[in-house]
Amino acid sequence: MTTQRTSGRRKRAAAAAAVVAALLTTAACGGGDSDDGGSKNGAAGFDAANNKVAQASLAKKGGTLKFGGAQDADSWDTTRGYYGFMWNFSRYYSRQLVTNKTEAGAAGAGVTPDLATSTAEVSEDGKTYTYKLRDGITWEDGKPITSQDVKYGIERVWAQDVLSGGPTYLKEVLDPKDEYPGPYKDKSKDKLGLKAIETPDEKTIVFKLPKANSDFEEMLALTSASPVRQDKDTKSKYGLHPFSSGPYKFESYTPGKDLTLVRNTEWKQASDPVRKAYPDKITVEFFSDANQLDQRLLNGDIDLDINQTGMSPQGRTTALKQHKANLDNPVSGYIRYAVFPQSVKPFDKLECRKAVILGADHVSLQTARGGPVAGGDIGTNMLPPSVPGAEGQQYDPYKLAGDNKKGNVEEAKAALKACGQPNGFKTTIAVRNNKPVEVATAQSLQASLKKVGITAEIDQYDGSQTAGIIGSPENVKKKNYGIIIMGWGPDFPSVQGYGLPLWSSDYILESGNNNYALIKDKEIDGLFDEYVDTLDDAGKAKIATEINHKVMEGAYYLPFVFEKFVNWRSSRLANVYTTDGYSGMYDFVNLGLKSAK
Amino acid sequence: MLAYLFRRLFAAAVMLVVIIMVVFGIFFLVPKWAGVDIASSFVGKQADPAAVEAVRQKLGLSDPIYSQVWEFFKGIFAGRTYAGGGDVTHCAAPCFGYSFRSEQAIWPVLTDRFPVTLALALGAAVLWLVLGMAAGVLSALKRGSFWDRGAMVVALAGVSLPVYFTGMASLAVFAFGLDWLDARYVPLTDSFTGWFGGLILPWITLAFLYAAMYARITRATMLEILGEDYIRTARAKGLREQTVIGKHAMRSTMTPILTMLGMDLGALIGGAILTETTFNLPGLGQAVLNAIKNQDLPVILGVTLITSLAVLIANLVVDVLYAVIDPRVRLA
Amino acid sequence: MTDLSKSGAAVGEPTGTSPAPTAFLEVRDLKVHFPTDDGLVKSVDGLTFQLEKGKTLGIVGESGSGKSVTSLGIMGLHTAGQYGKRKAQISGEIWLDGTELLSADPEEVRKLRGRQMAMIFQDPLSALHPYYTIGQQIVEAYRIHHPVDKKTARRRAVEMLDRVGIPQPDKRVDSYPHEFSGGMRQRAMIAMSLVNNPELLIADEPTTALDVTVQAQILDLIRDLQKEFGSAVIVITHDLGVVAELADDLLVMYGGRCIERGPAEKVFYEPRHPYTWGLLGSMPRLDRDQQERLIPVKGSPPSLINIPSGCAFNPRCPYADVPKDNVTRTVRPELTEIGSKHWAACHMTQEQRERIWTEEIAPKL
Repeated sequence: MTTQRTSGRRKRAAAAAAVVAALLTTAACGGGDSDDGGSKNGAAGFDAANNKVAQASLAKKGGTLKFGGAQDADSWDTTRGYYGFMWNFSRYYSRQLVTNKTEAGAAGAGVTPDLATSTAEVSEDGKTYTYKLRDGITWEDGKPITSQDVKYGIERVWAQDVLSGGPTYLKEVLDPKDEYPGPYKDKSKDKLGLKAIETPDEKTIVFKLPKANSDFEEMLALTSASPVRQDKDTKSKYGLHPFSSGPYKFESYTPGKDLTLVRNTEWKQASDPVRKAYPDKITVEFFSDANQLDQRLLNGDIDLDINQTGMSPQGRTTALKQHKANLDNPVSGYIRYAVFPQSVKPFDKLECRKAVILGADHVSLQTARGGPVAGGDIGTNMLPPSVPGAEGQQYDPYKLAGDNKKGNVEEAKAALKACGQPNGFKTTIAVRNNKPVEVATAQSLQASLKKVGITAEIDQYDGSQTAGIIGSPENVKKKNYGIIIMGWGPDFPSVQGYGLPLWSSDYILESGNNNYALIKDKEIDGLFDEYVDTLDDAGKAKIATEINHKVMEGAYYLPFVFEKFVNWRSSRLANVYTTDGYSGMYDFVNLGLKSAK
Repeated sequence: MLAYLFRRLFAAAVMLVVIIMVVFGIFFLVPKWAGVDIASSFVGKQADPAAVEAVRQKLGLSDPIYSQVWEFFKGIFAGRTYAGGGDVTHCAAPCFGYSFRSEQAIWPVLTDRFPVTLALALGAAVLWLVLGMAAGVLSALKRGSFWDRGAMVVALAGVSLPVYFTGMASLAVFAFGLDWLDARYVPLTDSFTGWFGGLILPWITLAFLYAAMYARITRATMLEILGEDYIRTARAKGLREQTVIGKHAMRSTMTPILTMLGMDLGALIGGAILTETTFNLPGLGQAVLNAIKNQDLPVILGVTLITSLAVLIANLVVDVLYAVIDPRVRLA
Repeated sequence: MTDLSKSGAAVGEPTGTSPAPTAFLEVRDLKVHFPTDDGLVKSVDGLTFQLEKGKTLGIVGESGSGKSVTSLGIMGLHTAGQYGKRKAQISGEIWLDGTELLSADPEEVRKLRGRQMAMIFQDPLSALHPYYTIGQQIVEAYRIHHPVDKKTARRRAVEMLDRVGIPQPDKRVDSYPHEFSGGMRQRAMIAMSLVNNPELLIADEPTTALDVTVQAQILDLIRDLQKEFGSAVIVITHDLGVVAELADDLLVMYGGRCIERGPAEKVFYEPRHPYTWGLLGSMPRLDRDQQERLIPVKGSPPSLINIPSGCAFNPRCPYADVPKDNVTRTVRPELTEIGSKHWAACHMTQEQRERIWTEEIAPKL
């Protein structure tokens, strides 16, 4: 009697669940527009904006462009932001001497003049960069932007104790001995004591590098090279309301809740060759639940995801089925991989590292990442396809996308024998506990390594403490983390902007370390030195290729995928394109709306 | 009655101090034991040692725990100044800490978000009390009837279905499917209808879950009370049935419900995370979830304290109401 | 019975067209049956008695003999507010001052409750609402039947508390039940019952929960009040001692039926049923030598679902084999008049019973 009743209840509950599930599905269908045909409602079509411009002619002036996001920026302070989407978005309210080209695909990674009249005039030795500022460039209060403002903005990078978080390339290149104390401790009256930058007049700025760096202009295209006006510098609170030099200014911002930009009426189109400034208003709404965000995107309440990290599995599935014409599937610039710290035995031995690379089942790792569409192509080397010098799947030294893609047990066992571990060994895989996809790849790796004789335990550590846990080589050794699951994307599209923190021996840190493999290879260090001195693009690309080969030959990394995302673009958007300048994201600054309403 | 109130207040104050101690212990000691450097997690991809040190100074992470607690207490009444690196940040009283992640004082965040959570919890509570108790009383009076069985099946469903499921389902149907509501939070000061429209689904979703529990409790308690001798006495006096149920039985039924309400309201104010996340309500739960995502310790600490306080107050209010309802409690 | 179970009627039709009685309270062939999963519980199975105003009837029996069910039946409390439970099946007639209660409109019966008939319960602690003051509860009882303001009602409550012997009634009126002693609570309960000057007072085990000295006070109080108000009183008890001095008539119940009834002195001094003898034997008596142990009635009360065939008392009766042909186990004995207004239901002959009483039972008491 009792059991019967229970089963009856269960049946009823199951039936109720089925009904609600059906409602959900139909609601999802009914909620959006039936645009699977492609252009019925104006959606540009699947991949229509991937590396090419979609519906440029439909863009109208006016309207409110609506972003949504599951994650707020680390900071909207131009000096402090490090998230890719923040750099992309900051172009609305901040200009630099030079910036990424507003062009689709690979061309977008190139540099174009912004505040400056042209790209740098570089001296013969590559150590002096001179820029002239344009006429008519103004702050949001109408005052002109001066070369001193640019210098001050760059000096803020030195104030790491107050303005932590952002990239510090400029500081390392301009002041490698760390002599300048930063503007807040600057003894000089005008707080412009940094010797490496000279401002002979309001329109001229000269950078004097102690040592040449061929990527210097890319670094100046970073958001952290934005001008900041001294009297508007609110130090650590600047990110709450940055003073605008671009076509839009902050109207309101509540961290973690919402952000609204309105037109900066002092900005003049004539002074800006880059920005089209189509919409009148830009809003960002933050959601604590990614599924909510996806639902809003599908429903048309929000135009695009500011984070640009791809839809979550549930929304993606619905979107791919019913709204494919609203999706793009760009390469993100990220490589997802496993890395082997050499401090953990037996990963000090090359052949043991190779054994893991060869033994892994790369197809199942790709599947764990989400498959070819949502996950990406099988990664075969460590240079992202968007970086000059990258060869993509052409370079596949371990045949990861070829013969060995399902794992090669024989070769792996041979490698184990060669490194003196013929019976395999035990190790630990470290993986962030807040990234389900990474946990899944760790489990996939664990399963395929078992076939080779390598027993791996999975340790899920607190993902928010990455810097303190896997960023500490001492801790890594103590915890016996032989395999660390991670991912990395370029700060700017060059081998330096991607690989320097990962592969240079100079970047091995006690805390916040990113050279997890602890690579101390004189040849690689030498190649990076050579790279910064090489000014021609072809030469730079050649060195990038070489560095990549060295890293792969050292077998420090097992790449999983050249990551791809499925990103949503609403049917309201016009002039949409992805750019390598921002790792395959849509180029925010020139998005337009088809209607001003 | 007054002595009772004082005893309760004193107990609440002691409890608050204990909570603050424990919360501090969890937030500052546990990472230390685990060997995790909190300061370095505040700094970006390229960790600059100066930046790490400055954060450590600002957060006072190298001070002994008792002085950190003391500084915190002092801040609540006197305000607090954080100095580290070349920067000085002032946090006006009542200072419940300062977030160096989002560069804002915690107190305004709390006062900004607390009304949302409170409105969510109270509105839902009113709804579930009315629905739950009505359904429970009706079920008890019609025990074994079709209505009773039906109501209890619905109640079972309500108890077993998680908030994010009913929440997502109601959003999918009413907000996205039928497009009846915008389902977006609007402050009460902006527009009453907008505010109401943004909260009605969360209210119903929460109320559905809780009304189910309250219906079951009400039914069970009511049935038990109806068997009491004093109910028979009330009838023997010649009282009308509605007086017997509505006055004599109801008052006794209130006691366990009130106890539950106190705990549930307190818990909701502290933990409406799921509901606030599902409906994207800018309340305390969402703040704490974001803070956990961003490793924003001061926010977590502040929210934890304020919600502990809310739980304490809710329980205090319940204790007092309890004494109002049941004269025997006043002696205890 | 078949028609009853078919209709499931809560209120039985009066059987036949018998004329309205002359007695103040007359109960005729009252049956109260409760359907349960295990079967029909025949708590009261054909009970008949009369009671005049100013008189006291004691109903005596073990627990489960049907005495409390009878009193609740008279009060109409088997039908009021029995939510969702299976309804009690009640038949017979209950005439109160010329009104037949079982066929009357329930709302009319409600109006009679508390005003014309009132009840005192066994445990005053659980019978009083713990959350209301004594005064509030008495005031409520008064005002439901009298359209007066709260002040007047409160004065009446104080007056009643004073009358039942509660000291400082104007203060104690605001006390809660838990602030009273057991005896005081019962006094308050009595005050509440009598606040409307009811003509019928039913006291259901009014002293069981109290200690011996208080018991006597309460019984004295009931007697005094009865004299003062001239009401008819039914005292229900399992303890013959309680009713010994209080009752004019006694009614002994066993297994839902009356097995002996008559004037108190008759039932006490010339009991004619073996069960009554047992009750008398188990009664503690102050005037007897304490060395002699009480003689309880052996065995346990009968199941009300499967009442033993023949005489319900036969399994426990030491004299069950006195009548011939096993008649005690096959034929149910009828209540027969054995003396003036003295009735008993037993298969033994008058002579046999008289002999056993005088020779075997009485000397031991």
